Amino acid sequence: MAGASKAVADSRANLPFVYRQYSAEQLKQVLHKMYLIRRFEEGAEECYTRGLIHGTMHLSIGQEASAMGICMPLAEDDQITSTHRGHGHCIAKGAEVKRMFAEFFGKTTGYCKGRGGSMHIADVAKGNLGANGIVAGGIPIAVGAGLSSKMMKTGKVVVSFFGDGANNEGAFHEALNMAAIWKLPVIFVCENNGYGMSTSTARSTAVKNIADRAAAYSMPGVIVNGNIFSEVAEASHQAVARARAGEGPTLIESKTYRHRGHSKSDRNRYRTKEEIEDWMSNRDPITLFESELREFGFIDDKGIEAIRDAVAQEIADGIEFAKASPSPDIRTVQDYVYTEQA
Amino acid sequence: MDAMVRELSYAQAIQEAMAIAMDMDERVFLMGEDIGVYGGAFQVTGDLVERYGTERVIDTPISELGGAGVAVGAAVTGMRPIFEFQFSDFATLAMEQIVNQAAKMRFMLGGEVSVPVVMRFPAGSGTGAAAQHSQSLEAWLGHVPGLKVIQPATPHDAKGMLLAAVADPDPVMIFEHKLLYKMKGPVPEGYYTVPIGKADIRREGRDLTIVATSIMVHKALEAAAALEAEGIDIEVVDLRTIRPMDKQTVIDSVKKTSRLMCVYEAVKTLGIGAEVSAMIAESEAFDYLDAPIVRLGGAETPIPYNPELEKATVPQVPDIIAAARELVKGVR
Ligand SMILES: Cc1ncc(C[n+]2csc(CCOP(=O)(O)OP(=O)(O)O)c2C)c(N)n1
Ligand SMILES: [Mg+2]
Repeated sequence: MAGASKAVADSRANLPFVYRQYSAEQLKQVLHKMYLIRRFEEGAEECYTRGLIHGTMHLSIGQEASAMGICMPLAEDDQITSTHRGHGHCIAKGAEVKRMFAEFFGKTTGYCKGRGGSMHIADVAKGNLGANGIVAGGIPIAVGAGLSSKMMKTGKVVVSFFGDGANNEGAFHEALNMAAIWKLPVIFVCENNGYGMSTSTARSTAVKNIADRAAAYSMPGVIVNGNIFSEVAEASHQAVARARAGEGPTLIESKTYRHRGHSKSDRNRYRTKEEIEDWMSNRDPITLFESELREFGFIDDKGIEAIRDAVAQEIADGIEFAKASPSPDIRTVQDYVYTEQA
Repeated sequence: MDAMVRELSYAQAIQEAMAIAMDMDERVFLMGEDIGVYGGAFQVTGDLVERYGTERVIDTPISELGGAGVAVGAAVTGMRPIFEFQFSDFATLAMEQIVNQAAKMRFMLGGEVSVPVVMRFPAGSGTGAAAQHSQSLEAWLGHVPGLKVIQPATPHDAKGMLLAAVADPDPVMIFEHKLLYKMKGPVPEGYYTVPIGKADIRREGRDLTIVATSIMVHKALEAAAALEAEGIDIEVVDLRTIRPMDKQTVIDSVKKTSRLMCVYEAVKTLGIGAEVSAMIAESEAFDYLDAPIVRLGGAETPIPYNPELEKATVPQVPDIIAAARELVKGVR
């Protein structure tokens, strides 16, 4: 990505990574997208509460810096596989919120034409191969995409997002091993939010850090504060460089927290109010990024206000678009099961 | 021995059965994802962890293959595990241990061991959970000798069949339709069993036999009640167990009604309906048939997210009514 000019770069020499690497415009874009993720999920949650959306959903509120930081150094044709908690990844990789809302409303204009819903949200044109209803289901698929990249010499890098819970599935271990032995351009990103549903990592996982698993597959294991955009982006930047250079995969553990319950039916009985409150008040990734931007002079109150207003408008328009879109015809119920052939 | 009968939900009935099983036999314990403090994804285990502790109500990591295998290993060596899959769809991750190990271990070792494991699978569509959380895979497991596969349709049977499953020396797979969990019905207090391998005639009739499974039993009964006004008299057989299947009850019913319709939620092709139909075609009931057999099953597609499409994917009451009318044409 085209970054800051030489003179500007010198004046920022002591700032954290992203403030040296990217232009003010790019960084404002990041804040914009972080808000877009947050407001998209709040909007989806409200639509769900009002009965406009059915099924269930898993909100990533509190994890926005992780999605944005990882996707920051990716090119448009790089690819990702995502998870059940995948709205943020989808937006970070370039999806339009109106087509995401349309999918949640089950409409034909949605990214999956109303067949997938929240749990299968994707944007294949932008390189998002899809969220996944199966924990760890996307990890081997990312390795396969990495194999394609290598065999077809496309230069694409593939990111596989997954949660802490996923690191105890066999698929995780098998996939990491293959990526390592074949030196594939894959970045494994564990968004460790402390819990897989109700089960804390302390109760589910033998190692203290998921990144410790990297040693078993002979790849770098990097731990970052997933709520600090710059830290995440820097780790991703290095992993992308390593992948593009043909040096193989990296495991990044992004330590973060989900503010909301696991899904719409969670009573939060496995964690305390104080814990949730602490993460919301003191470690909110958007608040943290915003205050850094302000402190380093990249944005002022008016600029922030403008971003919030634009995002609010985009969300309102997106919901309207979804409502006004057509539902699939019942007669098409068996479409897309197989590839249509002339 | 007149036990008190109360109204319980299907989920409560299962929970009560698990509690009774644990009270009666200290080898019985529960394993599964988020079955402890969370109470299970569908609140079936509920507060059992508070009553029996984390030693007997064990939260596993998200490791279906390993978890199911650990249950199999514990069963072979003296314990009586009840393993909960969070959704039946995740059985696909554990197929190796279920199909290659649990089902075959006794056979391969020449009868030297038994595998008294119980596995529970919340199944079916109707919750908007889309293609990977809505499947009906019971026929997959029904295809495997060594397993027993049951689908209780009522709270009464859910409790009695679970207790029968725990008492059974062989692996029993229980498919529980998610939309049944909140359904209430009469359930006797205390211990009782409902036999595995025995179908139940839920409604007697002369014109047509509907063989249904799980939630489709209720839809078939609804359709039968609606058609009564038209003078169509339907017999509804709740199959309850798909392996080993109660052939005789179905054969006797078809001999009486001369017409057969199979209604099940799983994908129509290569499923339970095919098995029941073929079984009848091979039996003495074949000569009694007055019309071709009809199967109503799920559409040949994964379950879609859109709610209207989702409904259109599985048989609904009006579909059963229409098909039954067509099938008995000219009878009355
Ligand atoms: C194979 C499989 N097992 C279980 C589930 C049910 N489930 C969905 S999300 C989830 C927790 C996942 O935890 P984690 O990987 O940490 O992701 P998070 O939800 O925290 O983002 C569970 C148990 C599933 N979808 N797939
Ligand atoms: Mg987690």
